[in-house]
Amino acid sequence: MAHDHDHDHDHSELPEMDLRVRALESLLVEKGYVDPKALDIIVDTYENKVGPQNGAHVVAKAWSDPDYKKWLLEDGSEAIMSLGYSGRQGEHMEVVENTDQVHNMVVCTLCSCYPWSVLGLPPVWYKSAPYRSRAVIDPRGVLSEFGVTVADDKEVRVWDSTAEMRYLVLPQRPAGTDNWSEEQLAALVTRDSMIGTGLALSPDEVSS
Amino acid sequence: MSASDSEKAALDAIPSIPRNTEGPVFAEPWQAQAFAMTVALYDAGRFTWPEWADMLSDELRQAGAGQTGEDYYHHWLAALERLSSDKGLTDEAELEDRRRAWDRAARATPHGSPIVLGAETATE
Repeated sequence: MAHDHDHDHDHSELPEMDLRVRALESLLVEKGYVDPKALDIIVDTYENKVGPQNGAHVVAKAWSDPDYKKWLLEDGSEAIMSLGYSGRQGEHMEVVENTDQVHNMVVCTLCSCYPWSVLGLPPVWYKSAPYRSRAVIDPRGVLSEFGVTVADDKEVRVWDSTAEMRYLVLPQRPAGTDNWSEEQLAALVTRDSMIGTGLALSPDEVSS
Repeated sequence: MSASDSEKAALDAIPSIPRNTEGPVFAEPWQAQAFAMTVALYDAGRFTWPEWADMLSDELRQAGAGQTGEDYYHHWLAALERLSSDKGLTDEAELEDRRRAWDRAARATPHGSPIVLGAETATE
C-alpha cells in the first residue's frame, strides 16, 4: 500500500511533546542541573528493575512469615526497606490488610501518588480522572468493573494517597496454598491485587 | 536508587509476573524522559517532592475531569516546565527558543540520521 499523503519523506519531523522534552532536557543538561547518564539510569530502573515483582515479594513474605507480617503492618516503610526496596521520595508506606471483613483499595484523588518502589510506574487507568474521582464516590461500582465482587456485608475502605503517604494493599492469601514456598506465592500476587482493584490469583489460575 | 546485593538476590529469586495484561509502563519514550528528568531534579535537590506533587496536582486540576490517563504525561511535562521556571532553572522564552531550534534541526535532518542541534546551519 503506497503512502499518498503529503508528508516530507526526506526529512524528520518531531512531534510537539518530543520537541518540548528535548528543549527542556537539553537546557537542563547544558546548565548542569541534570546528568544525562543519571536520566538513562532512572528510566532503566523504572522500566525494568522496579515493578510489581517487588511488591509481590513483600506480600509473599508476609504470607509466609507471621513476624514479618506483623512488622509490615506496624511499620510498612521499615519492613519494606529491609527487603531492599526504598522509596526515592522519602514517602511513608502504609500497608493495609484485606480480611474476611474488609477490602481495601488505593487511589490518589489529587494526582497519582503511587508506591513506585514496590509497584513500578502506575498503570494508565490509575492516572485517569474517572478512576480518581469514582473510586471514592462509588468504590463497589469501580471494583465490579475490575471484575471484583465484594459481598454486601464486607466493608470497602478507600485510601487516598498523598505525596507523603503511600498505601500498599496486602491481599488475602488464596486457599489451597498451605505448603507453598515464598517464590510460588509471589507468582500469585498481581499488581492490581496490591492496589485493591484485583485479588490474588488462585492456584488454578497460574497452573493452567 | 542503587540496587543493593540483597535487592538483586531478591529479584533473582522471584519469577517475574506475567505482564501481558499490564501494558507498557510508558506509552512513548518522551514520557520516560520527562519522568526521569523530574526524578533527577528532585535527586539533585532542585525541589522537594511535595512541591512537585502540588504542581502536578494543580496542572491536573486545571485540566479538569475530562482528561484521560493517556494525556497524563502532557500535564506532567507542563508541570515540570512550570516548576523549572519557578525555580529559576529556565524560563518560558528560553524553552520556546530551544523548542524551535529542535524543530528546525529535525526538519533539516535526513530520515535515519540522529537529530542534533545546529544541523540546520550546516545544511541551510
